[in-house]
Amino acid sequence: MNNLSPSNRILAFIAAALMVSAYFTPLWQISLWAPQYPEGLNMKIWIDRLSGDIDIINGVNHYIGMKHIGVEMFPEFTYLIYVFGFIIGFGILTAIIAKRWALYTFFAMIILLGIGVLTDMYLWGYDYGHNLDQTAAIKVPGMAYQPPLIGYKELLNFIAYSGPDTGGWILGVSALLLTFAVFTEWRKKKKVASL
Amino acid sequence: MKTRLWLIAGAAVAVAFASGCKPKGAQTAISGDAASKVYVAPGQHDEFYNIVSGGFNGQISVVGLPSGRVLKILPVFSVHPENGWGFSEETKPMLNTSHGFVPWDDLHHIAISTTNAEHDARWAFANANNTPRIARIDLTTFKTVEIIEIPNSSGNHSSPFITENTEYVVAGTRFSIPTGDDKDRDVPIDTYKENFRGTISFISVDKEHGDMDIAFQLEAPPFNFDLARAGKKKSHGWFFFSTYNTEMAHTLLEVNASQKDKDFIMAVNWKKAEEYIAAGKGKKVPSKYVHNKWDESTHTAISTIRNEVLSLDPKELKDIVYFIPCPKSPHGTDTDPTGEYIIGSGKLAAIIPVFSFTKMLAAIENKDFEGDINGMPVLKYESVLHGEVEKPGLGPLHTEFDGKGFAYTSMFVSSEIVKWNIETLQVVDRIPTYYSIGHLSIPGGPTGKPHGKYMVAYNKITKDRYLPTGPELAHSAQLYDISGDKMQLLLDFPTIGEPHYAEAFPASLIKDKQVKFYKLEENNHPHALKGINDARVERDGNQVHIYLTSIRSNFRPDNIEGIRVGDEVYFHMTNLEQDWDVPHGLAIKGANTAELLVMPGETSTLKWTPDRVGIFPFYCTDFCSALHQEMQGYIRVSPAGSNTPLKFSTGVAE
Repeated sequence: MNNLSPSNRILAFIAAALMVSAYFTPLWQISLWAPQYPEGLNMKIWIDRLSGDIDIINGVNHYIGMKHIGVEMFPEFTYLIYVFGFIIGFGILTAIIAKRWALYTFFAMIILLGIGVLTDMYLWGYDYGHNLDQTAAIKVPGMAYQPPLIGYKELLNFIAYSGPDTGGWILGVSALLLTFAVFTEWRKKKKVASL
Repeated sequence: MKTRLWLIAGAAVAVAFASGCKPKGAQTAISGDAASKVYVAPGQHDEFYNIVSGGFNGQISVVGLPSGRVLKILPVFSVHPENGWGFSEETKPMLNTSHGFVPWDDLHHIAISTTNAEHDARWAFANANNTPRIARIDLTTFKTVEIIEIPNSSGNHSSPFITENTEYVVAGTRFSIPTGDDKDRDVPIDTYKENFRGTISFISVDKEHGDMDIAFQLEAPPFNFDLARAGKKKSHGWFFFSTYNTEMAHTLLEVNASQKDKDFIMAVNWKKAEEYIAAGKGKKVPSKYVHNKWDESTHTAISTIRNEVLSLDPKELKDIVYFIPCPKSPHGTDTDPTGEYIIGSGKLAAIIPVFSFTKMLAAIENKDFEGDINGMPVLKYESVLHGEVEKPGLGPLHTEFDGKGFAYTSMFVSSEIVKWNIETLQVVDRIPTYYSIGHLSIPGGPTGKPHGKYMVAYNKITKDRYLPTGPELAHSAQLYDISGDKMQLLLDFPTIGEPHYAEAFPASLIKDKQVKFYKLEENNHPHALKGINDARVERDGNQVHIYLTSIRSNFRPDNIEGIRVGDEVYFHMTNLEQDWDVPHGLAIKGANTAELLVMPGETSTLKWTPDRVGIFPFYCTDFCSALHQEMQGYIRVSPAGSNTPLKFSTGVAE
């Protein structure tokens, strides 16, 4: 009785399949607006790289002494592709072997991935926002420039936004589908147990 | 007797006062809600670009309509210290001519490129009236990218009008002159009729890239060629040139060129001319002229000398040229949006003749000629005439169209614009201008597809329109709403230079195609720098080349030593920015040139010859960032022959 229902097998498969989009779509975005940048500056974070107005953002950041943002700064870009690959593979395996423990593990992996990535981003944001060049031209006492983890934040003349991009939202859907699957399996198990 | 005399005197005074009531002039008041029609709210954009000639400033003004706001002064034929045009080493060749470097000209007319007789607005063309040239402006960068000199021409006024697919730009001589070699040109002025010649140049325009080339020159009688318009749609393949001084006077033209009742509109069948050229009937004639081209990849102009043109003689090559008699020194000649009607504005005439293209072809077919000029037929006026507009006003100059069957003619002497029906020739409305209008412009007005919403009057006299500024005043312009039956004055605004002709087109045609900056990796300037690490100084004899980078907010190098008095110092400055609207400037004390204003990704060169020993600061002139005032450097100039070592650095504290 520890097997998955057919519908949950399909959900697990869909969740795993959706995660493949992470290789083709940006996962996260950070946007900045200022009076001088009404059109906004945008940086997209992909599974293995950055794109967008990075040079311009770096140009602006140099006034406050923020470190240079570049792909080579982040080792995450070299191994995230394997982490995703492993989780997707495990998701497909779950759909094949249709075991409840596998579904729970798959779900736990996605949740841990999410928490891990957010924590990692927070730490990087903290590092970039606080460890500033002491010879910077603009120094505002007590001011740190840590970007928001999610949502909006005002940083001097800029309004910064941080949030999921296309790939991030798709991952969210994967997580929701799995939550639903896990919930139904858990209820089923409880029912069986109470019988 | 005495009493009677007094009575008569009194009566005379009474009569004088009675008839002395001032006749009521035209209404000057603004009616309706004019303000809201020209109000472009902050942050909003104008609906039309208005590309306006600057006349004697040699530049073009870019104006937004309906606001009348000046968006840019675009240098063409005159130096422009504001951005280094004509002062930087790269732009100097653009102003080269067969007479050498010419820093000024008189820019009269604008032609916006068309496809199928509709604006495509890829390029603007403009004429230099004084030292005959035609310029092409790229409307994605608003930069003059090509200037071609017109040989055998003087007073390039009948220019730069274009054919419906921008196949050709024309250039007709206002002043006829003797041409040929030195002995042909060194002739007494009073041998005008024998020795002077007019020429009409047809300049081909490359379909893809716009590059110009003088395709051929038509020999013409020594008349003054004033203005021109291409046929369009049904009359595509023909070009119409207005002429005056067909009296061929060479002195006191005011009187001597105003004697004849009729001058001519010269109709040119340029398709026929092409046939003759294809058949090898053209003659190569030695003529020196220069051709200057701007290269967007190297950010540099190159000037080349050409030595001959292909000449066609319509006296021998039949069926290219026909003359249409036109009353009293015609100024403008304009073709309506259908291409059927040709309007000649005889500036001293009491009527406006409207000619029919269909009738012209029939008259040619039937050999309905009243004579000839050196073998070129003169058509019968009545055979070509569609009709005359009666009592239009005084001093008709130019006509534009609204695409709804109406023509609008500017009246210099009576200072008004007259609206009339092209078919019925009835005047339907008139409205004053302030004062003495020259050209007028309707968006798309000269094309097959006018946008009959606004009309601008460009006036020659300003007087009391604005706050006075001493003897020298701005030229005035007025904007009218022409969407209804009655023309309505909306706005009165000053302009830059002396606008002659202007064209306007919908902003949507080009506003999303604007270049925002130049890509650094595509910069092929031989002295370009791709990053700060390449910044350096090199000496080559008495020439010193400073390879300078600028990025917010520093120059590299910014401390330079080892320059000597009398050196020729070249600052090759590359703006490393890669973002919109971050130019950097460069100015150095004592330079006999001007500043540089370098766009992101561009390289530009300033030449400076230090004349004395000392420390010379240089700085960024464009307020580029919060640390703009810190963007500076020092150059140490030592005496000529000194051995101060060449040194350069940035950010090295010693």
